[in-house]
Amino acid sequence: MEGMNKYDISVKIASLKLKNPVIAASGTFGFGREYVDFIDLNRLGGISVKGLTLEPRQGNKPPRIAETPSGILNSVGLQNPGVHKFIKEEIPFLRNYKTALIVNVAGSTIDDYRKMAQILDAQDVDAIELNVSCPNVEKGCAAFGSTPSGVCEVTKAVKKYLAKPLIVKLTPNTLDITETAKAAEASGADAVSLINTLTGMAIDINTRRPVLANNYGGLSGPAVKPVALRMVHQASNAVDIPVIGMGGIMSGDDAVEFFLAGARAVMVGTANFVNPSACIDVITGINKYLERHNYKSIDDIIGKLHAT
Amino acid sequence: MPKVLNERITGIKWLKNSICKMTVKSGYISKYAYPGQFVNVKCADDTGIILRRPISICNVDKDKNEFDIVFMLKGKGTRLLSRKKRGDFLDFIGPLGNGFTISARNKKVLIAGGGIGTFPLLFLLKELPHSENSCCIGFRSCDNAVLVDELSECSNDLILCTDDGSLGKKGFVTYDAEQVIKLQKPNIIYACGPHEMMKEISRLANLYGVKCQVSLEQRMGCGIGACLVCACKIRTTDKNGWKYSHVCKDGPVFLSDEVIFE
Repeated sequence: MEGMNKYDISVKIASLKLKNPVIAASGTFGFGREYVDFIDLNRLGGISVKGLTLEPRQGNKPPRIAETPSGILNSVGLQNPGVHKFIKEEIPFLRNYKTALIVNVAGSTIDDYRKMAQILDAQDVDAIELNVSCPNVEKGCAAFGSTPSGVCEVTKAVKKYLAKPLIVKLTPNTLDITETAKAAEASGADAVSLINTLTGMAIDINTRRPVLANNYGGLSGPAVKPVALRMVHQASNAVDIPVIGMGGIMSGDDAVEFFLAGARAVMVGTANFVNPSACIDVITGINKYLERHNYKSIDDIIGKLHAT
Repeated sequence: MPKVLNERITGIKWLKNSICKMTVKSGYISKYAYPGQFVNVKCADDTGIILRRPISICNVDKDKNEFDIVFMLKGKGTRLLSRKKRGDFLDFIGPLGNGFTISARNKKVLIAGGGIGTFPLLFLLKELPHSENSCCIGFRSCDNAVLVDELSECSNDLILCTDDGSLGKKGFVTYDAEQVIKLQKPNIIYACGPHEMMKEISRLANLYGVKCQVSLEQRMGCGIGACLVCACKIRTTDKNGWKYSHVCKDGPVFLSDEVIFE
């Protein structure tokens, strides 16, 4: 905990106040339970839970993972217990901890998203993250997120029913990230988070089959970091709402790159799979950077990139 | 409770050209691990290989506070892992997973192992209470056959076979296992091996009405139940009839009659 109080690393994402800018990314942190053997969840800025759908989903056939250079491809396909079971079993557990609870929601239709927003706005959660970017499901989701009009349609539909802060999670699998970011902002998003995974593929040359049973999957990990940084930089220049950056963050130094590029908070994803205390290590690393460079607060580095 | 540990490697021994045994000093693992559990190992630092590799615990020496893992070189990760030297530190998470359930009530035991699936069975054999046990193990060929003497020492009756007949009998473990089931009528079967073998052992267990625990394998990500990639089909009583459970956290050991093999 050394240095924890010396620097102000709290941030605000719309009305959501985070004690520090490090959030465990959706789909990599379960519902927090899986990590209590390894870390104190109270130390996290927030947790974005595994993507939820209205009804339970079994997910895709295995194999669901392939390792690729400096990254992984996954095709889990939103396996989750459904929003109702989440409310009953997971919210009470997560509320034992003093960390922001962000609920990631996904759907096949606009109506799914609208219903989920209605249900969750009445629950004891801190923010909604709209998943319009999962590449591993047949219907909906990334189909909405890949175009500005799709983002606009879903965001508007849920915003009507939400008093809680709305974060729209954007996909990199789109023509121009600034257009989808602007569409989210114009439709009422309080923040955007990016990037979700890049669609990819791995092939087993001995069996001549794709490694993933689903053929394609979402690429994450250090391999995507340069793409993520570029998109976070572009998006934060294009919109006034806060940008939450993610993509291959493994250390505090990686996170600092995202802050400099304009992110107000970061999400740590794939790193959790390798190092269960990755989020804590990232928080420590951010503090060390601030100390090393004599900065007083995280605001001293957010968007402070010297770019020409 | 699993922990992230960084412990010293006290021995490395090549059992065959591509099969390596690594001995690691760890009071924590030797105290808390039980048969069928695994450790998730970081193969190297700062490389393009980011995932850990799940490797079953092959043996535990409680007196020396050591445990062994045995692994076959399959790709970049295991190759990097095999380059570690005695005295180096090994970064791993463990003990992980639900292993075999052992009961003193099972007086007659059949153990069936195939290929790399035989490795965790040594730990199991050593932990079995006094019982009459038969052990059927198989390998592709003599080039892959390891730990045969160790397994033999712990079992009353060891039947060894290879696919090509280069060592022991020619044929598959499942044939010998069926003979043992018919003749000795075991109370329980413990099995670990390739998918097709597990499927056949489960069919035999069902056919002859013997309880059976199988240790499954699937490509894993985190090893701690968070990433949900290592899915396996498990029977349910609801209208759907099945659900995806996860090998790392719900398993790797399941009752054979709850697993749906495809």
